[in-house]
Amino acid sequence: MTILMDGMRLNAREGQTILDVAREHDIRIPTLCYHEKLKPIGSCRMCIVEVEGSSTPVAACTTAVSDGMIVRTHTPDLVELRRETLKLIFLKHPMNCAACEINGNCQLQDLAHEYDINHTDLHTYNIRPVEPEPGPYATPLIQYHPRRCILCGRCVQACVEITEVGAINFKGRGALARIAPVERMGSIKPECVSCGECMAVCPVNALTEALGKKRGKAWETRKVKTTCTYCGCGCQLELNAVGETVTAVTPVDGGVNRGALCSKGRFGYDFINHHERLKTPLIRENGTWREANWDEALDFVAKRLVDIRSESGPDAIGALASARCTNEENYLFQKFIRGVIGTNNVDHCARL
Amino acid sequence: MTNSIAEIEETDVILITGSNTSEAHPIIGRMIKRAVDRRRAKLIVVDPRKIPMVSFANIWLRPRPGTDVAWINGLCHVILEEGLWDREFVAQRTEGFEEFRESVKEFTPEYVEQVCGIPAEDLRRAARLYARAPKAMIFYAMGITQHAHGTDNVKALANLVMLCGQVGREGTGLNPLRGQNNVQGACDMGALPNVLPGYQPVTDEEVLARFQAEWATGVRLSNKVGMPVTEMFPAVLEGRLRAMYIVGENPALSDANVSHVREALEALDFLVVQDIFFTETAAYADVVLPAASFAEKDGTFTNTERRVQRVRKAIDPPGRARADWEIFCRLAKAYSRELNKRSAVAAVANGLAARCKDRGYWDYADPSEIFDELAAVTPIYAGLSYKRVERGGIQWPCPSRHHPGTPYLHKDRFARGRGKFHALAFQGPAELPDEEYPFYLSTGRIRFHYHTGTMTRRCRGLDRLAPAERIQIHPQDAERLGIRTGDRVRVVSRRGEVEAEVLVSENPAPGMVFATFHFAEVPVNVLTNDALDPVSKIPELKVCAVRVEKVAA
Ligand code: SF4
Ligand code: SF4
Ligand code: SF4
Ligand code: FES
Repeated sequence: MTILMDGMRLNAREGQTILDVAREHDIRIPTLCYHEKLKPIGSCRMCIVEVEGSSTPVAACTTAVSDGMIVRTHTPDLVELRRETLKLIFLKHPMNCAACEINGNCQLQDLAHEYDINHTDLHTYNIRPVEPEPGPYATPLIQYHPRRCILCGRCVQACVEITEVGAINFKGRGALARIAPVERMGSIKPECVSCGECMAVCPVNALTEALGKKRGKAWETRKVKTTCTYCGCGCQLELNAVGETVTAVTPVDGGVNRGALCSKGRFGYDFINHHERLKTPLIRENGTWREANWDEALDFVAKRLVDIRSESGPDAIGALASARCTNEENYLFQKFIRGVIGTNNVDHCARL
Repeated sequence: MTNSIAEIEETDVILITGSNTSEAHPIIGRMIKRAVDRRRAKLIVVDPRKIPMVSFANIWLRPRPGTDVAWINGLCHVILEEGLWDREFVAQRTEGFEEFRESVKEFTPEYVEQVCGIPAEDLRRAARLYARAPKAMIFYAMGITQHAHGTDNVKALANLVMLCGQVGREGTGLNPLRGQNNVQGACDMGALPNVLPGYQPVTDEEVLARFQAEWATGVRLSNKVGMPVTEMFPAVLEGRLRAMYIVGENPALSDANVSHVREALEALDFLVVQDIFFTETAAYADVVLPAASFAEKDGTFTNTERRVQRVRKAIDPPGRARADWEIFCRLAKAYSRELNKRSAVAAVANGLAARCKDRGYWDYADPSEIFDELAAVTPIYAGLSYKRVERGGIQWPCPSRHHPGTPYLHKDRFARGRGKFHALAFQGPAELPDEEYPFYLSTGRIRFHYHTGTMTRRCRGLDRLAPAERIQIHPQDAERLGIRTGDRVRVVSRRGEVEAEVLVSENPAPGMVFATFHFAEVPVNVLTNDALDPVSKIPELKVCAVRVEKVAA
C-alpha cells in the first residue's frame, strides 16, 4: 500500500504504524514514550500527527496505516500542541539540566531545545505542581526521582515485556501520580529481580543507580563495547569509563541478549575499581608478604619452577587455568605448562 | 550447547533440569519465560527444588536428589512403551538401541515413583509432552553434572534426546548451560588434562607432533594424560605434586570438601596465585601476581552456545597489575633466562632458547596475534579472526575463512558418526541421609552473586541485596526442629560444619536444605562430598547428607 506523508508518496506494509513508516523513510516525528524495544505505549502525545478525515490529531506510534492515508507531521497546529505537552511536562520536571547526569544525552532536553521551551513558558499556567513525595522503589539498587518522572510508562512496560516480571506500576492520580512497586496481583506478588531494565529505558533519568558512582557527563564518557564477565550467556554490553574509572554499564543493541542485562551484568561493575584490587606482585618471605616488582617476582617463580622440575620432573607441577580469563590467555597458559614445563597437569575449576 | 540460545524462540517444548535458570542464567531464563508466556511453548521442569521457573511450568517433576538416571530412564521407558519414539532417527543415526531398550525395561513409572518420588502419571505426561513435540530442547547445568554419577546423568539425557530424534535440527538439542563466562573457551583452548586446544587428545602422537613443530619447543610434549583438578589436591598430600600455579580460581572456597583442599594448599612446596583480588586461595601462596580484570584487556570469550565474542579494553589495570597474557609471556622469558643462567648447554638441550618461527620467543604485540596462532592450531577455530568475530561473534566449529559458523551441532551426523545409546543402571548418590545425618544438602547459586563472590561481594549494590548466606529449609522441617527464619543453625556433615542464618522457604523439598557457595564466611564446601564421578572427575556437590542443629541465641 502507499500513503502520503508530508506530500511524499511512501510505500507501507500492512501492520505498520505511521511512526514505523516515517522512520523507515527518515521522516522525523518527535517521540518520548516510544521505545524501540517495547510495544508502543501511546502515553506522551508528542508523536501526534494530522490524518486527513480525522477531526483530532492521532498518535503516530499507535495508529496503524491504511492504504491511501494522508498524513501531515509538522503543521503549525501540531507544533503548538507539542509545545503545550512539553510545557506541562516541565511544570513538574525540574529544568535543572546542569545538575543532571544525562545532560547532553537526554531526549526531553533535546525536545525542549527543538520546541524552544524556556523558563518564561512555565509561567503560562497559574498552578504550582504538587511535590510528589519520594518513596521506596521495587529494588534498593535503583532510586526513583518522582519530580523528574514524566509518567511515560516505559519502565512499567519494560518490566513486563523484557523482564517478564511486572514489579512496578502507576500509583495515585494527577499530580500525585508516580511509579511504585506492585503490592500484590491476586495471589502472587511479583518480585523485582533488580535487573535494571526499567532504569535502562527511562528517557529522563528519573531512575538512577542508587549506589552507583557519580557518572560522567556524556561528553567525557568513553563507551567500550564488550562481553559480560559473569555467566555463560555472553551478553553484550558497554562499559562507560571516565578516565580510568568504570562508572556504569549500559546496554548495546544486538548480541544474544538483544540489549537486555541481568542484575550482575548491569550492576556488577564495582569490583573493577575496588580499592582491594591487587596492584603489585607479592612475595612471601618468612611468613609475611613483601611487595615486589615484576622482574623480581617472575624471576623467583621461574627459579622455583626450574628447581622443582629438575628435582622431581615436570609432572610434579600442576596448573589451574581460569574460566574467567580470555581464550588467548588460556591458550598461552596451557602452552606454557605443556610446551615449556612439559606436563599435561593443567585443568580449570569450571566443573565445580 | 548443541544449539543456539535464539532457538528458544523456535521450540515447542522446553525441559529444564538441574538448572536454576532464572537465577544462574537470567537472560536465558527470561527468554524461556517469554516463550512460555507469549508463544505458549510448553515447559517441563525437573528439579527437587521449587525453583522460580516452576511457576511457569506446565509440568513439574520433583525427584529425590541424586536419582536422575532413574527418572530419565523412566521417561524413555514410557516413550518406548507407548511407541512415541522416532524410529527413523534411531535407525539412521544411532547404534546400541536394542541393548538400551533392554536396559530401560525395568524403569516402569511405578518403579520410578518408588525411587524418585515422582507420581507415575506425571512422569507419563512429561514423557508424552516431550516425545510428541515437533521440536524440543533440553537445558541442564550443574544439577545434573555435579554428582557421583554425573556422566551417567548426561548420557541418560543423550539417550532421551536421540530416542525422540530431538537433536540435529533447529530448536532441538541437549544444552548444558555453562556457569562461568568462559568455561567453554577454557575447555576449547585445552585447559584440560587430556586434550590440547580443539579437543585434540594428548595421547595422539600425530597431534603431539604437530604441536611440537608449531610451538617450536625443545621440551618433549608429554603424551601422558595429566591430572584433573580433583586429583591434584590428593596428589599433593601424597607427595606426587609439589608446585601449583593457580590462575583466577579460588579452590579454597569452591571445591568439594574444602578442608581437604586447604590442607593440600598448605602442603605445597610452591604455590603461585594469579588473580585480581587477594582470594582465600592466595593466602596459601608463595607468590601472588596481580592480574587485569576483563575491563582492562583485549581478548575473546566463548559463550555457552560456542559463540566466540570480543572482550575489549576500556581502562588500564590498576598499579602494576597486568593482563594475564602479558604475565605468561614475561614468565616464559624469565623461565628461559633462568635456564640460560644455569647452563647454556642445558638450555639448548631443553630447546628453550629456540626461536618461535617468525617472531621472537613468546613475543606477541597484542592478543590478536595470540588469537591468530591459536586459530592455526585449533581446527574448530581455524576460520576465525578478530576481524571476523568483530560484529556479533561466530559460533564454532568454523573450519575455514568463509565458513559462517555453526548455530547447531550434529546436523547430519554426530562427531563420532552414529550416536551411541548407553545402557545405564541406576546408582544412587554416594552418600544418603541416615539417622545421624537426616537431611540432603544441595548447593548452588543465587542471582545476585557469582561463584565464590570474589567480584560480586565487592559490588556494593549486589552485596546489599544479598549480604549473607541464608540456608534454606522447608517449613515442615523447620517446624519440627523449632527453627524460624532468622535463627542461626549449625549444619554438620561427616566432613565439617558451618553456621549460618536460616531462611524457611518452600524452595527446597522437605528433607532437604540448600546453601550457596558465594560467601567466604560460610564456606559451605567444608560440608560437601568429594566423591568423584569416575569419568568426569566432577565431585558430588549437589548431594550429601547433613544434620541441622539450632544454635542457641
Ligand atoms: S529492576 Fe527489573 S524487575 Fe525490578 S522493577 Fe525494574 S525492570 Fe522490573
Ligand atoms: S520512571 Fe522514567 S520510564 Fe518510568 S514513567 Fe517515569 S519517566 Fe517514564
Ligand atoms: S548480563 Fe547477566 S545473563 Fe548476561 S552474561 Fe552477564 S551475568 Fe549472564
Ligand atoms: S511517542 Fe507516541 S504517544 Fe509517546
